[in-house]
Amino acid sequence: MHVEYQEQPPRSSTAFQTRTTAHTLRRQITNGAAVVLTGVFALVGALFLIYLIGYVFQQGSHFLTLPFLTEAPAALGEAGGGVQPAIVGSLVLIVLASLFGIPLGVFTGIYLAEFGRASLASVVRFMVDTLTGIPTIIFGLFIWVLVVVPSHSFSGLAGGLALSIIMIPTVARTTEEVLRLVPRELREASIALGATESRTIWSVVLPSARNGIVTGIMLALARIAGETAPLLLTAFGSAFGFTSIFRPLAALPLQIFDYTLSPYDTQIHQAYAGSLILIALVILSSLAVRWVTGGFQLRRTGR
Amino acid sequence: MSFAVRHLNAWYGAVQSLHDISLDIQPRRVTAAIGPSGSGKSTFVRCLNRMHEATPGARVSGAVIVDDINIYDVNVHPMAVRRHIGMVFQQPNPLPTRSIHDNVAIGARLNGLARGRALSELVERSLTRAALWDEVKDRLERPAGQLSGGQQQRLCIARALAVQPTVLLMDEPCSALDPIATLQVEQLIEDLKANYTIVIVTHNMQQAARVSDRTLFFLHGRLIEENETARIFSHPSEKATEDYVTGRFG
Amino acid sequence: MAGLPSSTSLSAAGIRERVRARIAAQVVQMRVRAKHPSDFLFRGLTTIFVIAVVGIVLGIAWILVSDSWSTITTFGLSFLTNSAFDPVHNVYGVGAAIFGTMLTSAFALLIAAPLGIGAAIFLTDFCPLYIRGPLAFLIDALAALPSVVLGLWGFLAFAPWLQHSGEPWLQLHLGFLPFFQGEPHGLGILAASLILSMMVLPIITAVTREVLAVVPIGQREALLALGATRWEVIRHAVLPFSRVGIVGGVMLGLGRALGETIAVTLVIGNQATKPSLSLFDTGYTLASVIANQFTEATPGLFYSAVVEAGLLLLLITLITNILARLLVARLGRSRAGGLA
Repeated sequence: MHVEYQEQPPRSSTAFQTRTTAHTLRRQITNGAAVVLTGVFALVGALFLIYLIGYVFQQGSHFLTLPFLTEAPAALGEAGGGVQPAIVGSLVLIVLASLFGIPLGVFTGIYLAEFGRASLASVVRFMVDTLTGIPTIIFGLFIWVLVVVPSHSFSGLAGGLALSIIMIPTVARTTEEVLRLVPRELREASIALGATESRTIWSVVLPSARNGIVTGIMLALARIAGETAPLLLTAFGSAFGFTSIFRPLAALPLQIFDYTLSPYDTQIHQAYAGSLILIALVILSSLAVRWVTGGFQLRRTGR
Repeated sequence: MSFAVRHLNAWYGAVQSLHDISLDIQPRRVTAAIGPSGSGKSTFVRCLNRMHEATPGARVSGAVIVDDINIYDVNVHPMAVRRHIGMVFQQPNPLPTRSIHDNVAIGARLNGLARGRALSELVERSLTRAALWDEVKDRLERPAGQLSGGQQQRLCIARALAVQPTVLLMDEPCSALDPIATLQVEQLIEDLKANYTIVIVTHNMQQAARVSDRTLFFLHGRLIEENETARIFSHPSEKATEDYVTGRFG
Repeated sequence: MAGLPSSTSLSAAGIRERVRARIAAQVVQMRVRAKHPSDFLFRGLTTIFVIAVVGIVLGIAWILVSDSWSTITTFGLSFLTNSAFDPVHNVYGVGAAIFGTMLTSAFALLIAAPLGIGAAIFLTDFCPLYIRGPLAFLIDALAALPSVVLGLWGFLAFAPWLQHSGEPWLQLHLGFLPFFQGEPHGLGILAASLILSMMVLPIITAVTREVLAVVPIGQREALLALGATRWEVIRHAVLPFSRVGIVGGVMLGLGRALGETIAVTLVIGNQATKPSLSLFDTGYTLASVIANQFTEATPGLFYSAVVEAGLLLLLITLITNILARLLVARLGRSRAGGLA
């Protein structure tokens, strides 16, 4: 097809009413189809989440009672009982993980933000990025080989160690980011007043970045609270209450995993009820973080 | 052709950035919109081809009448308006990975204006009009991102010309360019006005004085004064205009 | 680099900025000279923590290699191809698991990539502002969902449905494809892939949204001003500009899919069948091998084989993630140069 080029630009008074020509119509239909299709695509994920939460709620909400939270599991096949040991175990694991994970993460973040020019820094940044991408079961396997196999015992301590590694990159990167946002004037003022470097970072820079760092820690905690795979190889799970960090330890995700495979209806419903707790925890902490930062920080939890 | 603006108002969210603008734009002449930052001159030009409403939260009321058709009429689609009223932006914005040829051809291709040999001829003619053909004719298939800033801006002008508009809007087309490239673009505007109605936004008063026939002075979203350029710069009738063109503020 | 004051800038602000930087540098110099003992302590402490983090990463690599050394030397490359994981005859291989890992991840991406990229396009370019926030939140929240919850639903609700309704339907209508042949089990590659796709989707959407947001406004306006439709703007300006970054985002999703353990372990069936392309088959992935076998792993080759499965998983995910990061990072640099 050969279309003649017009030397003089067209000046007809119908110039703007091209809406009805076949060509324009086709383009607009394509555009409309793209909008509808991508909109449907966007809805798939959102609706799946809503459906899933609804389904879990429907299956589990009746079992989410006070005894469920405060009692130990009932004997096999019997009704009643709860997941109190698992909740306590999860709390113990979170405390243990925080004990190692928070200092490691925060100091790594400080290092990257404050001493970032050092030659080691690019290596450290690469390592932190690498940690983000490693499947969490690898951390479980690592601690299993390092701690569980030599000591011939699964243990809460091993579980806490595995979870602490998962925390490091999230905490470190958030800490680094918020420290970089602290205005240079603040540091200069502190140094001009005669404060030492360590005192400046410790008493001036860190406090002004506190909210951001706490946000990072919360994100990391929300994430490890739902982790199962690394705990399987380390804390292993237990039907009994917490006695020692050197013994196998129950955890809510592990309990859900066990109950999923259970032949008993009660336990299956309790798995759903336990899932509700985990979902509530994750969604609430996400909302809290979003509220604190006022932004779209949530995606960090998903790497 | 006729080109009239009547009671034009524009908003960004709740902020009104244009207040009741009415004027006639003269065909086949260069009209410059001047004024300090935030005066609404840019918004005004973006309302003339319905680009303003592409910004989220932006809104327009009033009429822009081109050849007896109000471009804000419900029956008029913004696509058609933009194809007939071309626009050149402050920052040269070629598609960096596409070839020079494709950059010029893309508008014509999308709008179904030409294909095959006719398209190549259209590309050549547009580049020639934009005074770029001689510089790029041997490398039409190279990515447009490799051109210099001035060449990129002329490429964007060629791209706008290739969809055969009647009006060309230019939003501070030289502010990202060096003096030599600026001169080339100004020369180009001079050449183009024989065939096109041109509205140019500029913060540079010398440029307005050099290239335009008529000048609009905007302040705080209002049209303060419009007149022949020579008149605006020698005998403005408003105090604010005089203050601005003599460099007392802005 | 755009945004930084250029070295040839002669503006007053530029000079002031440089003087300021010089003074700041001198302050730092003085600070270095007049270091307080507590500074050394602080730096020392920080360095110890940082070395610990580096040590963890290197330690993981070292331990996984050293503790799988006996299978590496015993079976060599046949470990990668042999499908028998057989403690009775003390012969191990993860061929089936590697195949299962690849197949589930590939099929998950096949579903999640278009969904995720499409969702990102909708959120950045099509969607009204008031829907964007809530919709983006829901998709992001999907990423935060614990995988054991997805596994629970997958095992108890989704797999049975697949067995009785989903897979028979696929067989009826698409049974001529090699993917949908054989006995419907419910549990299997298909269930694992579909659940993985929902886990990967939010990652792809999030990264793609970030990548699309970096596309300069001028690129969109360039096409709009030529009379293009919104879709044409995306197709001709936005996607070509961000292609590399989107591929990076899909690869980040792949990294997640390859290593996902609990949900996959619950729904994939954990039985090696004869390798076929049928998605109805049950199977194994590297991660599910670890989760299933570690409790019984007796010292010796069995133990070593479980660790080597982990080593392989680590290698595959590391390569995927590093490539993905390079692609996402490259975008900002290479394109900004061509525009400025």
